[in-house]
Amino acid sequence: MSDITLTVNGQIHTVDVDPTTPLLYVLSDDLGLRGPKFGCGLGQCGSCIAIVNGRAERTCVTSVSLVAGATITTLEGLGTPRELHPLQRAFIDEQAAQCGFCLSGVILTAKALIDQNPKATESEIQRALRNVLCRCFAQTRMLRAIKRYAEERV
Amino acid sequence: MGDRNTSVTVESRMTPDALSRLHQVGFSRRRFLQGSGVLIVAFTAADMADRFGVVPGGVLAQGGNTPQTLDSWISIDASGHVTVYTGRAEFGQGMSTVQTQLVAEELSVPISRITLVQCDTAITPDQGTSSGSQAHPVNFNHRNLGLAGATAREALFEMAATRLGVHIDRLTAADGVINPRGDASTRVTYGELIGGQRFSMTLKREARRKPPSSWTILGTSVPRIDLPDLVTGRFEFVDNVRVPEMVHGRVVRPPVVGAKVVSVDDGSVSGLPGVLKVVVKNDFVGIVAERPWQAMQAANSLTVTWSQGTGLPSQRGFYDHLRNHPSRRSTYVVNSDDVDAKLSRAATVLEATYLYPYQMHGSIGSSCAVADVRGTTATIWSATQAVYPLRDTTAMVLGLRPDNVRVIFVRGSGCYGLNGADTVSYDAALMSQSVGRPVRVQLSREDEMAWGENYGLPYVIDQRAGVDGSGNIIVWDVESWSATFGARPGYDTPGNVVTGALVGFQPAPLIPRVQAPEPTRFGNRGNAAPSYVTGRVRQTVGGTGNVAGQRVLQHVVPSPFFTGPLRSPRRLQNTFAHESFMDEVAASMQADPVEYRLRHLADTRLREVVNEAARAANWETRPSPRTDNPRTGVVTGRGIACVLYEGNNGYVALVAELNVDQGTGDLAVTRFVVALDVGPISSPDGVKNQVEGGVLQGLSRAVGEEVTWDSEKITSVDWAMYKSLFLPAWDHPRNAVGSQIPMIETVLINRPDAEAMGAGETAITIVAAAVGNAIFDATGVRVREVPFTPERVRAALSSLR
Repeated sequence: MSDITLTVNGQIHTVDVDPTTPLLYVLSDDLGLRGPKFGCGLGQCGSCIAIVNGRAERTCVTSVSLVAGATITTLEGLGTPRELHPLQRAFIDEQAAQCGFCLSGVILTAKALIDQNPKATESEIQRALRNVLCRCFAQTRMLRAIKRYAEERV
Repeated sequence: MGDRNTSVTVESRMTPDALSRLHQVGFSRRRFLQGSGVLIVAFTAADMADRFGVVPGGVLAQGGNTPQTLDSWISIDASGHVTVYTGRAEFGQGMSTVQTQLVAEELSVPISRITLVQCDTAITPDQGTSSGSQAHPVNFNHRNLGLAGATAREALFEMAATRLGVHIDRLTAADGVINPRGDASTRVTYGELIGGQRFSMTLKREARRKPPSSWTILGTSVPRIDLPDLVTGRFEFVDNVRVPEMVHGRVVRPPVVGAKVVSVDDGSVSGLPGVLKVVVKNDFVGIVAERPWQAMQAANSLTVTWSQGTGLPSQRGFYDHLRNHPSRRSTYVVNSDDVDAKLSRAATVLEATYLYPYQMHGSIGSSCAVADVRGTTATIWSATQAVYPLRDTTAMVLGLRPDNVRVIFVRGSGCYGLNGADTVSYDAALMSQSVGRPVRVQLSREDEMAWGENYGLPYVIDQRAGVDGSGNIIVWDVESWSATFGARPGYDTPGNVVTGALVGFQPAPLIPRVQAPEPTRFGNRGNAAPSYVTGRVRQTVGGTGNVAGQRVLQHVVPSPFFTGPLRSPRRLQNTFAHESFMDEVAASMQADPVEYRLRHLADTRLREVVNEAARAANWETRPSPRTDNPRTGVVTGRGIACVLYEGNNGYVALVAELNVDQGTGDLAVTRFVVALDVGPISSPDGVKNQVEGGVLQGLSRAVGEEVTWDSEKITSVDWAMYKSLFLPAWDHPRNAVGSQIPMIETVLINRPDAEAMGAGETAITIVAAAVGNAIFDATGVRVREVPFTPERVRAALSSLR
């Protein structure tokens, strides 16, 4: 066990954990966050994605010791139901979900992309999302929501 | 619900979210039952059993309920707030929103004044299993909740008529306020009518539902009520349930199918940090630790000695294994006595065999549950689709009384049938019982895929048709073989899923019956009969077509793997074969696929969806295949398929347009056009969302998904081995066909005066057939085995050329 400090959604946390623990467990069990989720534990599906130092990372295969000191944003860190982030608003406007389990990975992947490349084209958005799984297959709507957000920003 | 439901135990056992939900409501059920100022609509359990198709076990399972004991559906308090108790679960298809719409409509109150409480054996009625993602009208609760709302409205109108001194026929209501038509100054609110009094009434079967023509809330696209919490990461999935003193369990499943525990070496994990206990019960092995990562590491270190497995039939020869299995249960769906005679005198007889593999639900979230078993009582937080059945079977697994087990539904990731939600609930319960603390269990991806869920059924389907000299089908003959093992556990069969079987319960037996009895009435719930036969059994006619010579014989054999009701069970597999074969017959008669279908369809609503899909897709009338496509490179094609889902529960037709790379065998669907008729549409956008998801999930199942195994175990245990479509795949390195997310256009045919049907499983049922028909149209090659992998498409192309 060792102390590791993280800045998560603007708050500084110090946790005392086995340094090999995947970041996902720290976020969901030590910090009680609901955004990142366990889907596969293999880095394949994207359910666990958080934005770590500006990049969408798969937290189920990222040891917490590797991200000590990092700045992390989870889905909770964008907006609240009363004060939605425009990207979250776009998902509601397009009714872009079924079960909603994949939303954390989808929304944060899009957020990280458009933060880096505000003029991302449709094919760049599609490319960024190609390894994020949605088993309800709500992709047509999710893509519309992301495009709506990207266009509103320009 | 009797005395076990005291507010003290209810509240002390709730998760923070469930508790806050009840506090939002303003009272616990106990408090409103005791308190003043409330109107409660309820009905008797016996009534539910008799008239609304709840299985008798469901009612008996309520234990101690006399026929006069009431299960409440709707309560309205003195402030006019409405609380709805439903036994139908949301799993991502919009059920919570549409049920709220239903009550808002019948009661004339805004959505914002309604709180929906779902599926908790302590506080909601037993409505059996929620299945079929809006596929079934009963799921939608039209008859139950809708009538409860109408009952309450009529009672309030009677009270208002007395209070206002106005004849009841002159009254109207909006936003929870009743007033005479055209007189807004004379008014009374629901809250004022209820005041400090208690009104308790049973559900009136004769209460008048609002006709669809007067709907203002139903029939509109109300935004999903759960989305704000979902998009902001506030939503509580079952994965997020945390209770005080909770620890973490991990299962250790057999390494190969049929292996049994010989010994478990507790010493192998004794020094590891956080380990609390190794739990063994027959062939169930679990390990409990303080933290999830500790439990995972301990599970990897635990030394278990297993016996040899039973071995598995070879996957390569599996379809022959099904066909030749000595132990089978055979059933005729329909059997006119003239099939052999008509086949012998037909001008042309065509035959083909279609193959469909085991497929997974493959829920994106690995199954998860939390259980708190203390002494003789248990509370389970579970994503099960069946809280009361799970209550009873968990009681069997734990050796407790059902009355002492409470199951609280907390949503999981999309399920599509029977994923590991029930199994993992048993896992958590067994480990919690052993350590006397709440235990959370989440399966690994491998355990989810190999030892968690019940797979969709594999099928071999032989098709044969006789055509007369005019090119019309006169006889249709189907014989199929599928395999089953286990099912939903229901109220008394925990052995139907993995963990129940590991602890020693038997799955429901498959009772062999080699000689199929003659059918006594026509039913097409599994879509075993094609749409083009009359469905005549004795004096009744239940089909949608006009082909009179008909025989459908089904065989079910034992499966080596657990099976269950994956989205559109049997219907999808059967319809893939029927609609592909219909296309083959049409092509052989050089007829246009739409025209040829219509020629053999009698049902006007099924004909209409076919026509609508073709019209919306600008269908070009001509036979398949296209004659102007080159034999190399990328070519385009189109295909159509249709079905009346379950024989009576949703009309749907689908046109698929795609590109085929004849060099690689890669496919790229560019456009889907769906026409759907499910009666009155409650939420147009909700139905569209279901159709879009169903179509793409159907595409994934058509082109990629297949459970694989070797001589002793499942090998498709992650997303690299189990080939779900990851959309978009447009820049897939091997993909030259420009695959993107296909365009999906949905034509909804609204029939306000018809019976409500299901939407959730309609479109997915016909995707594989429409895609296969489009491949044929593009290339002239018929692929008769799902999934249509590039290898299979390439092999079919090379065998033809």
